[in-house]
Parts: sequence; structure tokens; C-alpha cells
Amino acid sequence: MTLRAQNISVRRGQGDVVKEASFTLEAGCLTAIVGPNGAGKSSLLAALAGLLPITGAALMGGREIAGIPARERARIIGFLPQQSDAAWDVSVQTLVELGRLPWRSAPGRPARASRDEDRAAVRQALGVMELEELAQRRVSHLSGGERARAMMARVLAGEPQWILADEPLASLDLAHQQRLTAQLREEAERGRGVVVVMHDLAAAMNHADRVIVIDRGRVVAHDRPEAALSATYLREVWQVEAHWTGEAGHRALILG
Amino acid sequence: MSRLCIALCALIAIALPFSLLMGRVWIAPWAEPVPHAATILMELRLPRGILALIVGAGLGGAGAAMQGYLRNPLADPGLFGIAPAAAFGAVMALFLGLAAIPFALPAFALVGAGGAMALLALIAGRTGGIALFTLAGLMIASLAGTLTSLAISLSPNPFATSEIVTWLMGALTDRSWSDVWIAAPLTLLGLAVLRRTGPALDALTLGEQAALSLGVEAKRLQWWIVFGIGLVVGAGVAVAGIIGFVGLMVPHIVRPFTDRRPSHLVLPSALAGALLVLVADTVCRVLPLASELRLGIALSLLGAPFFLALLLRLRKDLT
Repeated sequence: MTLRAQNISVRRGQGDVVKEASFTLEAGCLTAIVGPNGAGKSSLLAALAGLLPITGAALMGGREIAGIPARERARIIGFLPQQSDAAWDVSVQTLVELGRLPWRSAPGRPARASRDEDRAAVRQALGVMELEELAQRRVSHLSGGERARAMMARVLAGEPQWILADEPLASLDLAHQQRLTAQLREEAERGRGVVVVMHDLAAAMNHADRVIVIDRGRVVAHDRPEAALSATYLREVWQVEAHWTGEAGHRALILG
Repeated sequence: MSRLCIALCALIAIALPFSLLMGRVWIAPWAEPVPHAATILMELRLPRGILALIVGAGLGGAGAAMQGYLRNPLADPGLFGIAPAAAFGAVMALFLGLAAIPFALPAFALVGAGGAMALLALIAGRTGGIALFTLAGLMIASLAGTLTSLAISLSPNPFATSEIVTWLMGALTDRSWSDVWIAAPLTLLGLAVLRRTGPALDALTLGEQAALSLGVEAKRLQWWIVFGIGLVVGAGVAVAGIIGFVGLMVPHIVRPFTDRRPSHLVLPSALAGALLVLVADTVCRVLPLASELRLGIALSLLGAPFFLALLLRLRKDLT
């Protein structure tokens, strides 16, 4: 299933924070959305997830996302908001179980099978995020990184065909960044679509299949990482002089 | 049904018979038979006890749903202005001297609640956002409160004034089966509606945007919340006046005994609210005072210190 943006604009207040974005994303790819602060990355991601009123259209496998019933859309697209937090001090287990809400009484699923599936999906998500031992711990007793992993596990538990995550790596330490990136890559290789807003350009360079560069609401590049993150774009969009060193997959950004 | 709910049901089953025996006239099965004992039990105490359970269940359940919906432990079912609007309706019945007509006062109260619900639904149709919606509710509450004060200040005679003021304090004194028949179906329907919103309230635990992404339809949820809270609170005010703090206190007391999912809080909060109001009303009845302590006052006396303690504890968590 492809995810297509057709002239998407997102209005906020007086101006458009996303301006006429058009591109096509393939399932089985990890796409990184990058850009300076305030460029419209989060708005673009939420628009693709069908969570914002837009002009233009976002299409999932040819169907307009705005027209898909909310529960069905939620089973297709898993969305991780930026800096998510829990209003109530639930356990990690309960938090991850919330990811199964879109599957409640889904059509054509007998109740018992669905309970077993729910349990299996939650267990697997906890395992992937290495949270089994923390499952009974309450959210307020978690570190920032543990909480971020629990939130990601919540998305994985929903077994969506597309994963749209807004800066899932931001509050993770290096080891867990690496682990989550590997996991997202694996999800993509299993045929899921993965779209991730990132700040770390090196992570985008080394791990993404495609990179979307957005600047002041406009998509300025949608290409392979080497092309989208070239020195020219770094200068024009981020206003830094920089170049890449190292080999493919292990590149580092050198400033100046 | 969870173990917590079974325990609460058992407590209610114990408390209700005791409550029926206690009051100005004590009816003890082992002592001398009291004249008119059957009438007192069946026509005065049983409807009153059942009404206490219904009103308490409504307030407790509505409080749990409100806190879940607003993602705020300080939310109270009175916040949306439905309770003050219902009270204003009832006050109008007293103001116009119609309270002697059977069913006039509860009917006026329900019209007031319906008016507030209609206003909220109009607003809800426009935006699914929670903050704006809550502000609108606060405005309705403030308007209804002002209109009530206006009615008091313009009231035709001192008797009407005193009648209004006394009624506003909230009580279950001298209620009859007809009040039960008004409140019971509306409250039960309202609680059923609120219980149905449970999964959406659970999703809101993760924030508005995450809830949307989990398939919650914000506008529809707002409609259901207004409908459920309106039925429960409107019915409660119609038969008992304004009874504060139950909706705020009860979910807090119950929450630590649950897994803290909002959906798992509505039913136990309803049961605990029923128990609290039944016990409080019984205590009001047996306190040796010149005139009976008003239930609304008693619960506020209990609730205000509780609320303060809660604020202090929250502050400690924040710093």
C-alpha cells in the first residue's frame, strides 16, 4: 500500500505551516522527514496520519484517508505523537494495551480469538522494546527513555501497516536509539511503511531509505539520503557549512 | 465484575438495611414495635435510601467520566454548567410558585439541564477540542449561577427566598417514590452512556492527538459525554438539589484500587458514590440537631478539606 500526498496544505492561524506537499511513499521503506525547527515536520506527519484538517488529499492505497472510518484508519496507521505522556499513572502493560483499542470488536473477529491476538501483540511489543521486566511498573516511575520506549511499544502493539512516529529517538540513549532504529528498519523490511520525523541527520543518512526535507512548510527534496542531505541542501535549508565523511551506512556529519 | 465492585456492592447491601432502621424514629427489630413502622420504612426511608443510592451513583460515575474526559483529576461533573442550569430551572419553578404542582420542580430542573446540554451540543458540533469546550461549559455554569442569584434577589416574598435558598443546599428529606421514578431511569441510562465512552476515555489517557490516531471521534465523544453527564446530573439535581464534591472525591478514593484506566473507574465510582451518599444522608438524619443537617452542606463540609488535601498532595507531586 502506498501513502500519497497530493498538494497537502495545513493551515494554522493566518498562514500555511505545510504548503502544497506532494510525494508518494512506498511500503517497505523507512522514510525520514527532516528539517529545521518550525519547518512543519510534525504538521506534515499528522496530516499524513489523517489527524489534521487539510486541503489537498492524503491517499492510502488510493483511498482518501479523510474518508476512511476512524477505527479502520487507526488499524492501518499507527501514530506516535511527539513527547507523549500519560494522563493517568497506569502500568506499562496497561499503556501498551491501549494500542489494541482500534481492534476492539473489529468486523469479522470472534471475541476470543481477538483477546488472544491482543495478548500476543502486547507481549510481542513489550519484548521488542525490552520492557518485559518493567511491564508492571507505573508510568510515573519510568525514566524518560523508558517512557519513550513504552509509548513506541504502544504503537507497535496496534500492528499497523504504516508506522508514523514523531521524533521517537529524541529522548533515547545511544544504545536504545540504535535498537529502535534497527527495529524500525526491520518493520520496514517486513513490508510495513515507516515514516519518522528526525532531528539527527546522521541517523537519517545512515538508516533511511528515503529522506523528505521540509523547509518553511515546503518539501524541498524527496530523494535517497545522499541526494536529499547533500552539502547544498545543508547550506540552503539549515544554513550550515558541512560535509559527510565515512562509508555508506556509517557516515558522519562534519561541520565547517 | 471486578472484586472491587463486588466488595462495594456488599458494603451497600450491609449499609442499606442499617440506614433504613436509623433516623428520628429508631426502628429496632428486637425492641418494642414502633407505631407506623411499616409506613415509615416503606414510604419514607426506603425511597429516600434508594434515592441516595441513585443520586450518589450518578455523581460518582459522572465524576469518573468527567475526569477521564478532561484528563484532569480536579474535574467535577458540575464543570460543564449542567448542574447549575438544572438548579436554575428548579429555582424558576420555586420563583413562579409552581413547586406545589406535582412534578413541576423536577420538570423545570430537567428543562434547565436540557437547555445547557443543547447549548453544549451546539458548541460540540463545531469543534472536537476539549479546552474550548470546557471554557464554554464554565461560561454556562457562571451564567446559570448569575441567573439564579437574580431570581433570588427578585423573588416575590421572603418565603420564596428562603424556599429557594434551602432547596439549593441539596437534600433528600421528604422524598417519595415519585422522585425515585424520575431519577432512576434517567440516571441509569446516563451511566450506561458514560460507560460506553470508556474505551475512548482510555485512549484519551495518551492525549488528544494520540486518541484521535487510535480511532476516537472527538465530536461524537463530546456528544456522548454531554448526553450522559446531562442525564445523570440533570436527574440528580431535579430530585436532590445541588450536591457537590461527591463527583470530585469518589473517583480519587476509588482510583488507587483500580488499574487507573478511566473505563475501569466508572462503575466502581458509581457504586462508591452510592455508598457515600447513603451513609452521609443517614448521618445527617441521625445527628441530634435542632433541624436536620442538609445533605449538600454535610458533603461539602466533608469535601472541602478533602479537596485541600488533594491539592497539597498534587503540589507535592509536582515539585
